[in-house]
Amino acid sequence: MADLQKLTIGKAINLGLRRAMEEDPKVLIMGEDVGKLGGVFRITDGLQKDFGEQRVLDTPLAESGIIGTAVGLAVRGFRPVCEIQFEGFIFPGFDQISSQVAKLHYRTQGKIKMPIVIRVPFGGGIGAVEHHSESPESLFAHIPGLKVVSVSNAVDAYWGIQQAIKSDDPILFFEPKKLYHSGAMKSEVDTDTTPDPLFKSRVVREGTAVTVVAYGPSVKVALDAATAAEDEGKSLEVIDLRTLSPLDLEPVFESVRKTGRLIALSEAPSESSLTSEIAARVQEECFYSLEAPVLRVTGFDTPYPPAKLEEHYLPDLDRVLHTVDRSLAW
Amino acid sequence: MPSEHWTHPEPGDGPAAAAAQPTPEQVIAGLRATSEGGAELTQLLTPEGERVASPQFDRYVDDIDAEALKGLYRDMVLVRRADREANAMQRQGQLGIWVPLLGQEAAQIGSGRALEKRDMAFPSYREHGVAYARGIDLKEVLGIFRCTDHSGWDYQAHRFHPYTIVIGNQVLNAAGYAMGQKFEGKVGDEDSEATICYFGDGATSQGDVHEGFVWAAVYDAPIVFFCQNNQWAISEPTERQSRLPLYQRARGYGFPGIRVDGNDVLACLAVSRWALEECRHGNGPVLIEAFTYRMDAHTTTDDPTRYRLSDELEEWKLKDPIERVRAYLARGGGADQAFFDQVQADSDAFAAELRDYCFNMPEPPPDRIFSHVYAESTPLLDAQREEYLSYLDGFIGAGEH
Repeated sequence: MADLQKLTIGKAINLGLRRAMEEDPKVLIMGEDVGKLGGVFRITDGLQKDFGEQRVLDTPLAESGIIGTAVGLAVRGFRPVCEIQFEGFIFPGFDQISSQVAKLHYRTQGKIKMPIVIRVPFGGGIGAVEHHSESPESLFAHIPGLKVVSVSNAVDAYWGIQQAIKSDDPILFFEPKKLYHSGAMKSEVDTDTTPDPLFKSRVVREGTAVTVVAYGPSVKVALDAATAAEDEGKSLEVIDLRTLSPLDLEPVFESVRKTGRLIALSEAPSESSLTSEIAARVQEECFYSLEAPVLRVTGFDTPYPPAKLEEHYLPDLDRVLHTVDRSLAW
Repeated sequence: MPSEHWTHPEPGDGPAAAAAQPTPEQVIAGLRATSEGGAELTQLLTPEGERVASPQFDRYVDDIDAEALKGLYRDMVLVRRADREANAMQRQGQLGIWVPLLGQEAAQIGSGRALEKRDMAFPSYREHGVAYARGIDLKEVLGIFRCTDHSGWDYQAHRFHPYTIVIGNQVLNAAGYAMGQKFEGKVGDEDSEATICYFGDGATSQGDVHEGFVWAAVYDAPIVFFCQNNQWAISEPTERQSRLPLYQRARGYGFPGIRVDGNDVLACLAVSRWALEECRHGNGPVLIEAFTYRMDAHTTTDDPTRYRLSDELEEWKLKDPIERVRAYLARGGGADQAFFDQVQADSDAFAAELRDYCFNMPEPPPDRIFSHVYAESTPLLDAQREEYLSYLDGFIGAGEH
């Protein structure tokens, strides 16, 4: 009998963390304010109360410290889950992530494993001040030795966090903060099923005219655009990448061979980004199937603007539809 | 008293206290190589080879009789000889680079021999002597510098973490490891464990070292921070890192700091044993500043004649860590000439073996590039590997046609 619960993304991650901690006493949660407060987004709410201060660590305030000590704990046999409060604060930890977390397995030819998960709330649309709305995921996808995923819905959030914790590879787990508590994004989570593999992308809406590939918070934008396009008689196929490194582009290739058109959608700046990579790979694999160049809808190549301007900066439904028209006009 | 010179006035202490503020010269005298290390330097064996009594630390080396001291002497001679051989091999183009330990043998052997097998050590990249003390065959270290490997040894078997080249990273990693020891309840009883972490004076300027101190203090981690203050971070002297003798920084984090004569193997052994004991009792962390000197270059790419005076080097030669043990053993009759000759012969054989191994070290196969990037590989990486190996296969026999 399936155990179905209707959950927000935030609650799904919370329950996923709880289950992972119950199943493996070596799983630790560490970060700023993750204990008594339950994290600034309350994602770790209640965990310290039930698992104690030694398994849910309210750490001193330093990201390099959080990641760097997690490395040592992993060497010791623990499975740390680090929370970075906001993506804009991850950079003090970037050195440890790129120099140690990503490379120790390679450096020791597999003798040291780095089963570390780094949870990163990311993306804009919450009207925040500087450093609280960015999308730095491409920077991490570029580093060999790291795996990067991003969830867009409660089902993937619940299972994905558990799969990430079970993985012996270090994983950056990008969470769409704007959707954490979104009632509109609530979905039924079957907590008693066999989940999809973690590193697979998925067609979330079928269509015939144009393929739109997105991840994290942009999946909702893509789906909304697809609904609006349908009213105009245009059929969009939407793919949720889910895994940003390794990129699973097979479903994208397959879709592009069907539609002949691709739009890559992301909040991140476009230059040298995941959307650049998608465009390059699709033209390598699907050159003769393409009816139009791969087009991108992204944030601009600027720092994240003051939030009063973010509605202009963030790709929205209209920019996607406009780009769909450009693609179809080719 | 130099220690008073280093006492900074507190706010509100008034003009009298302000007058006690050290002059720049006094600060530098406290920091610099040209000093004797200050009044608080812990020393058990003088540069002249005289044993100095220490009410606090003698008991930590009670077991070091003449035989044991001969063992420490032999360790130091062997690692110095290996170091010189590797340095020469780099000059002959057999190693891409070498990081000399010359002058730091006592700090490394003293602290390394203080460890129990179950303890864990996190080195930087100059700790060849500690590696040796952890039972690692120095051949396994050579691959890093011949650029055939990033890390050769089994870290778990030897309880010796891979070398860390990014300055200061390992201090946080070690603090985390020691937190794990604490979480697992490995302090306060018979089989207690401790962690020792090595870094240099330059590293103390890194944020990671500060954070490592904070984490270790907050979580009472059983960790000995072993700073080898060899006076020079490449060309930057200690006064570019600190206004205060480095060991005094520990006070700001709420744990003990101690300055030991880093060229005195007995003192390094004693102080390290004391610090490790503190950790085992659950009183850790401890900061040890081993006051020593890098007799050679930072690495073989460095030219110390550009930034330091030869007088300084000559002065430190008089404080050689090996010669003082030799003098002590010879004078006290603990060792005769035959012993010293034998150690010399052993070290030559040790170096010859190292050289032979180095010259015949196999190069890794190309597919090694792709191996162990991940615990579970990725389709993209597998495809890259396959494509490149098949590309290489295309050259097989190409020249025959």
